[in-house]
Amino acid sequence: MLRTSLIFVAIALIALLLADLEISTLHPWTELSRLAWGAITPDVPALWGCKSALLNTVVFAVCGTFLGVVLGIGLAFVFRFRPVRLFCAFIRAIHEIFWAFIFLPIVGLNSTCGVLAIAIPYAGIFAKVYAEIIQESDRGPLEGVPRASDRLSRFVYGVLPTIYADTKHYTGYRFECALRSSAILGFIGLPTLGFHLETAFREGLYSEAWALLYAFYILIASLNYWLKPRLVLLYVAASFVLLSKTITVLWENIVRFFTYDILPWPMRREGVHDGTNAVSYVWESIPIWAHEIFVQEAWEGIGNTVVLTQIVLVGTGVFALLSFPFACRHFSGKIINRISHYALIVIRTTPEYILAYILVQLWGPSMLPAVWAILLHNGAILGFLTSNNADLVSLRVDAPQRRIDRYLYEILPRVYGQFLAFLFYRWEVIMRESAILGILGIYTLGFYIESAISDDQIDKVVLLILTTAILNMGIDSVSQFVRRRLKISTKLVTSS
Amino acid sequence: MKSSTGIPLFSLDAESVAYQDTVALKNITLQIDRGEKVALVGPSGAGKSTLLRTLYESVAGQPSFVHQHYSLVPQLSAFHNIYIGRLDRYPTTYNLLNLIKPQRKALQEIVHILHLLGMDEKTFDKAGALSGGQQQRVAVARAIYRGEDILLADEPVSSVDPHQAGTVMELIMQNAETVVVSLHAVEFALKFAQRMVGLRDGEVQFDLPAGEVTQMMLTELYRNEKTL
Repeated sequence: MLRTSLIFVAIALIALLLADLEISTLHPWTELSRLAWGAITPDVPALWGCKSALLNTVVFAVCGTFLGVVLGIGLAFVFRFRPVRLFCAFIRAIHEIFWAFIFLPIVGLNSTCGVLAIAIPYAGIFAKVYAEIIQESDRGPLEGVPRASDRLSRFVYGVLPTIYADTKHYTGYRFECALRSSAILGFIGLPTLGFHLETAFREGLYSEAWALLYAFYILIASLNYWLKPRLVLLYVAASFVLLSKTITVLWENIVRFFTYDILPWPMRREGVHDGTNAVSYVWESIPIWAHEIFVQEAWEGIGNTVVLTQIVLVGTGVFALLSFPFACRHFSGKIINRISHYALIVIRTTPEYILAYILVQLWGPSMLPAVWAILLHNGAILGFLTSNNADLVSLRVDAPQRRIDRYLYEILPRVYGQFLAFLFYRWEVIMRESAILGILGIYTLGFYIESAISDDQIDKVVLLILTTAILNMGIDSVSQFVRRRLKISTKLVTSS
Repeated sequence: MKSSTGIPLFSLDAESVAYQDTVALKNITLQIDRGEKVALVGPSGAGKSTLLRTLYESVAGQPSFVHQHYSLVPQLSAFHNIYIGRLDRYPTTYNLLNLIKPQRKALQEIVHILHLLGMDEKTFDKAGALSGGQQQRVAVARAIYRGEDILLADEPVSSVDPHQAGTVMELIMQNAETVVVSLHAVEFALKFAQRMVGLRDGEVQFDLPAGEVTQMMLTELYRNEKTL
């Protein structure tokens, strides 16, 4: 485990040499002080003007999660088939914002786009996690169920009760993620919280921006009080009713997307030039088209995405290892524990996209803000989980007194395997985020995808998103390979 | 009490069962007729559970079965766990309905069985929250509720309090036409069974009417076994 860790650290150091980490803004610290001032003077009345965006944030998350759960359950039952597993890996390898880019030309920039952008990748995630929960569930109770019972009864009596708690817990955690996804979809123009947040930041209205952020924290922190199993169906019904007013699906757009928009440019070029929009089947020029995109944009994007991912992966680990002792009962007193606990929760609650957006405003677009944004968000999640695991360790009475000894000899060896498993679980998440942050002007794959969207080059968008997805699936299987080789696993499933 | 009818229900002919490297059953030849009440006795690891399993697999239909480790769903109530015994007799819709709201007929029958076992006040307690002995009685109740003519039970009173074990054994013996029960405690076998099969190291040591089993045979059967 130590050797593997050191190899990854070495890779990250090389990546650091290749990365562009400069601060390009002229007065980063003035901007920071204005931002800090906004934090203590939030413009609460401004929230009233954003009430529909707040509502939309919740409605998109509810509908997106619900559809994701329904599709995910269906897929989980056939997850043992390899094509299904690949399909799920593929749909979850594409970030919500990229899905929104794909749905944009099909359904337009509206609620349908937002809900589908959440539902599709979440279906892939739910399918995988539900299938894992079922697989790892206790089979003993099923022995007592008569074999001749119908499949549904067998499942409902023999399996469902044993997996219910885990499933409920995970789905709840995912709903929190969906609120984050829903919020950041506003940054690309959907009518959620992110839309107003982006405007406020762009115009330097930091007090308003902070009011929106505080509202978001309160929304997440209050989940425990209003997200009750018995109320879920009510929320789902209400959300779909609200949504149904704005649903628009134009069949001709869908047809156009699949039969025209996504065709490689050479096939459409002549038709566009002579105004007939006819399609010419010039197969031989397609490889040239793909090759050009790769040489001019994709390789650079892939390279930068990988460099950023590897730096952040190690950075996340370091942050977690340094931060967890503060939240762990074996190292610090009750008050520090509490404060650190909440600090980690607040950092992890802030969507990485928003963190990156803020940091780009302060430092200008380079990898530096991206590194810190993804690192803080993931590091906080990992630090929180690791401190919880470390709290479960009961130390012997005569354990070393000095904290550093205790850390290195008693706690770290016990939690390191699980820590590493969690970190590798997040590898693909980190890569997905590295790619997406390109939208903010960092030259990862998202940058080129966003430019192609601006130029209305759907064919290029699709090719680049496919590339991103395949890269992500590659990282996912490398991660699985490493975890299997190191024989590390995490029993808790709330990590992915 | 009905006795053997001469109609064979189970018949094993030189049956052997092996798990990976260890042989669990060696050359077992055994016939059990309809109406018999048989006890399988022998030290731990003699192959009693494997023999019960083999008997279970050898007949068509699914006899009532009391599992050694209960196989209860810890998150469901005692009532629902017992209801599981008849899951295959009712349509899916009724099963689903009963999960949400216990149906009156099922409830009456199950409370009656729980009453006989001295547990009717635990009807809606979660199985996982019950003591080991109580869980075992729920497992017995599930087999009784299933109500097949054949009942197989694997050490069904191993965790039940001594003062209740007799009642539980009696219920098991009365509630099916043919009963095969494995027992670690010989005194119950002598008291409740008509026929005793002694197993050791996967082989049948004796197969006799309960009255003909002598103390010497039992001592021999359990030799070297650590006594508590």
